[in-house]
Amino acid sequence: MDTNPVVPPTPAPALAAPLPAPKPGPSAQKEKPVVMSVRGLRAGYGGGASVLKGVSLDVRERTVTAIIGPSGCGKSTLIRCLNRLHEALPGAYCEGDIHLGGRNVLEIDPVLLRREVGMVFQRPNPFPTMSVFENVASGLVLNGESDRAKIAERVETSLRRAALWDEVKDKLAAPGVGLSGGQQQRLCIARALAVEPHILLMDEPCSALDPIATARIEELLVEIKEQLTVVIVTHNMQQAARVSEYTAFMLMGELVEFGETQQIFTKPVDKRTEDYITGRFG
Amino acid sequence: MKRHFDEDLDDLRGRLLRMGGLCEEMIHAAVKIVVERDEEHLNDVAEWERQVNRHHLEIDDVCLKLIALHQPAAGDLRLIAAALKINSDLERVGDQAVNIAETGVFLCKEPKIKLGDVPRMVEVATGMLKDSLDSFARGDVELARDVIRRDDEEDRLKSQTFNELVHLMQRDSSAIARGMDVILIARNLERVADHATNIAEDVIFMVLGKDIRHPAEQEAREAGGASATA
Repeated sequence: MDTNPVVPPTPAPALAAPLPAPKPGPSAQKEKPVVMSVRGLRAGYGGGASVLKGVSLDVRERTVTAIIGPSGCGKSTLIRCLNRLHEALPGAYCEGDIHLGGRNVLEIDPVLLRREVGMVFQRPNPFPTMSVFENVASGLVLNGESDRAKIAERVETSLRRAALWDEVKDKLAAPGVGLSGGQQQRLCIARALAVEPHILLMDEPCSALDPIATARIEELLVEIKEQLTVVIVTHNMQQAARVSEYTAFMLMGELVEFGETQQIFTKPVDKRTEDYITGRFG
Repeated sequence: MKRHFDEDLDDLRGRLLRMGGLCEEMIHAAVKIVVERDEEHLNDVAEWERQVNRHHLEIDDVCLKLIALHQPAAGDLRLIAAALKINSDLERVGDQAVNIAETGVFLCKEPKIKLGDVPRMVEVATGMLKDSLDSFARGDVELARDVIRRDDEEDRLKSQTFNELVHLMQRDSSAIARGMDVILIARNLERVADHATNIAEDVIFMVLGKDIRHPAEQEAREAGGASATA
């Protein structure tokens, strides 16, 4: 499933004044403004119990926030709520407040929302019938962009930002699915970046990749967070520790602990966090 | 869930405590050379130093292996970080014991000289070392804090011993060489207490995740909102 919008491009709205953080950390005075604020988020699937049981957290601009937790804790559901993908499932519901730049996400047209809040999935999913170039250009074209020079420029910029340009510049017309797994994932990142989102959601983007490809994606994250905000779900705690500034630990639909990554991985406050990150359960 | 990693960490604790026990024995034996004027203990000190040095190398290897293979976090990481530092402190304690023993052997060949507060310094330093190791074994923060408080007494005793020996040397120039040796022994003992203090600080970090060293600098860092890697 892909999130490329199918409506003409609209200027990205300016972000509103930051919301106050619920729990300022020790270096609060250096913290960046909040770009997305989640309060009391509940979500689930039809008649079953809630998958998310009132989650609240702030996502700060141009940072990487990692969401960790055991399987079934609701971390993927959480990020799928952030760009309203969760609601697309039959019987699924999502309640609470998610504010993006002062607007309630749950009231924004999902297609417009996903232009601002892009997503990269666990397995690389380039469009199988499209070339490398067409994959990256697809979002722009679906948005109604017809200026070929502008599209070409944006494709190159996006591929460069995804650290893939040097590897594919001579095979832009080749099928996207012909690339290696790691390249395909970076192609998907380039495709997401091409529509210039404010926030990029990543749902275990490296779980299907080898260590070299994983390292490339992690390096890429450090680069792209200079320009946009990243929320990444990962099972790999060392990856969370390496790439993120903030880490959220979830357990059975609840946010157990949220704080600066260094604090979470060196002196977590909650014993459940300590037990999870030290491998005592999970 | 019991992890194999827990057994490795227990093994690491055991190694450090065995090394610490040897260091305690070394100090006691070295002090006997000085106080009882019995050179025989030098052989024990030398043998234990070799064992301490072997522990020093092995514990470093164990810590590096645990970090490389397990990528520890939180309390596990703090334990290994503390173990690396305690390992260095204990090795230095062993060196201080060797210094005391060698100086003691020299003093054994000379006429007796007043030792000032050295006997009391031995009590304080060995007590601090023992309690710092106990606080590590039990994760006892209160005992660790008590060790840190006692360091002031050792410093005071060292100053008293310095003054007493300086006056003695001023009055009797034939005692200068021996007096200097007693001052060196007092300094070695004061350093043993400093290492015990370091160990106690590491224990507090290991248990609470709180770095209590250099409080003024810590305060300045926090006031500046410093965050090392966030």
